[in-house]
Amino acid sequence: MGAFLRLTEDLARAQAAEADRRLAAGDGGPLTGIPVAIKDVLCVEGVETTAGSRILAGFRPPYDATAVARLRQAGAVFVGMTNCDEFAMGSSTENSGYQLTRNPHDPGRVPGGSSGGSAAAVAAGEVVAALGTDTGGSIRQPAALCGVVGVKPTYGRVSRYGLIAFASSLDQVGPFARGVRDAAIVLQAIAGFDPKDATSADRPVDLLAELEAGVEGLRLGVPHQYVEVQGMEPGVKAAVDRALLELEGAGAELVEVSLPHTDYGLAAYYIIAPAECSSNLARYDSVRFGYRAEDADTLLDTYLRTRRQGFGPEVRRRIMLGTYALSAGYYDAYYLKAQKVRTLIADDFARAFQRCDAIVSATSPTVAFPIGSRTQDPLAMYLCDVLTLGANLAGLPGVSVPCGTSQGLPVGLQVLAPQWADAMALRVARAYEVVRGG
Amino acid sequence: MRRSSRSTILGIVVSHHGLEGYGLTLSREQVRHVAMLARLGLEAGEEEFYADQLSGILGHIDRLRELDTEAVAPTAQAVPLEHRMREDEPRPCLDRERVMANAPEARDGFFVVKAIQEAEP
Repeated sequence: MGAFLRLTEDLARAQAAEADRRLAAGDGGPLTGIPVAIKDVLCVEGVETTAGSRILAGFRPPYDATAVARLRQAGAVFVGMTNCDEFAMGSSTENSGYQLTRNPHDPGRVPGGSSGGSAAAVAAGEVVAALGTDTGGSIRQPAALCGVVGVKPTYGRVSRYGLIAFASSLDQVGPFARGVRDAAIVLQAIAGFDPKDATSADRPVDLLAELEAGVEGLRLGVPHQYVEVQGMEPGVKAAVDRALLELEGAGAELVEVSLPHTDYGLAAYYIIAPAECSSNLARYDSVRFGYRAEDADTLLDTYLRTRRQGFGPEVRRRIMLGTYALSAGYYDAYYLKAQKVRTLIADDFARAFQRCDAIVSATSPTVAFPIGSRTQDPLAMYLCDVLTLGANLAGLPGVSVPCGTSQGLPVGLQVLAPQWADAMALRVARAYEVVRGG
Repeated sequence: MRRSSRSTILGIVVSHHGLEGYGLTLSREQVRHVAMLARLGLEAGEEEFYADQLSGILGHIDRLRELDTEAVAPTAQAVPLEHRMREDEPRPCLDRERVMANAPEARDGFFVVKAIQEAEP
């Protein structure tokens, strides 16, 4: 499948032995001894962590990301680092600087991305759970395409300390698992206040208490703009329509809501995310860590050659786009404009949530697509995220839960909830699982 | 509604042809300028490649002009936050040797880089 960039066998054996000791002593928790995988963008102390990029080849972080440290403390067993699009930029994992990852349901197709390795590893049963990150859909979309559960928490729910940054106002860490309950258990373990991340929220986290409360009496919003979105495959629409009827049958009330600025989300996102990336990726200067081009005469030449040789095409494209959008004379027309449209999109969601408890839609307008079919057309690839990136722009929690198949391939149902209502998104997703007999 | 205008920014002519997209095109000179700002070296032929691709993406992004945002406040990030202060107490930091171990070249606890200026002839 190519889900893993590298295995951490010695670490896993040591952690498994320690887990055995803890369990024998009656000191275990729900994650003690559970095999997990870590997306290659989350620092694991002493383990090569590259963000899927050649520019970080050989980088061994001197510390753990907070989410990783919390899994370690919970007694999880780290199996390895999973493949992803370089610096989490992509929707198919084909932008990895190292290797392809294949979809376990059809090896000729992509697993989605950017957290495609984590999604594929869980779908193939290689691990019980995995960590990913979601900047525009990078957990939910591969979860949908691989037929597993993926959770993007509210912005600030999980610390970003030790996450190799792509777009800091959008990035969130979250879990993959086979079922909603397992995903909730992992999220409960990694969530919560961390003084090392200034955007981490000092709020209580209780994701399990209401998990089985069902959807009886809940109002579920269906945005017609998401149903009619560009590129929606009929088979995906049919699977989601069936899921909505099943949720209605379980006692939910379906209400139509409107997200009128949906058509502008992609454009706003593809200014804001590249702008932030162009700033964040300025640090790869070959001075303190990472790859250095050896054939340069001056420091400037070192920068130019290192960044030409070390970054792949999509990362370079986004750095160029973001630098352009932030450059003198264009800031107001692009970056400021996009930030204002971000306000309109967040306001759309706030208005919609006055009429419903959660919003349900497809996660991705398509099922997994053939490897190589979208790599020549950046806009076609960007359209993969059209139903997911709104939640990142608005800081909302979202869950993707499997809802049947189209053309024999998995379809994902996306559940979005208001900020901090992560438990509501999980509850609706879990209720759907129960309806389906999970 | 279609508009057509030309503006000169950084001495480079930019044309805006309405709202259907693909009107805004980057010149090769502009691509070179942006690549240098970003410290990205370009390979032969890449100026044209990026000019084409970025023009296509910006053509899509141009649709943001359709929206009247005069009275809208910008959102830098979506979750309300307040600055937090912590006690200014000495705490252990990362071990210097372990941090330096990731450097491509280090000597005596310093990072080593190429000369910033070219050598005297």
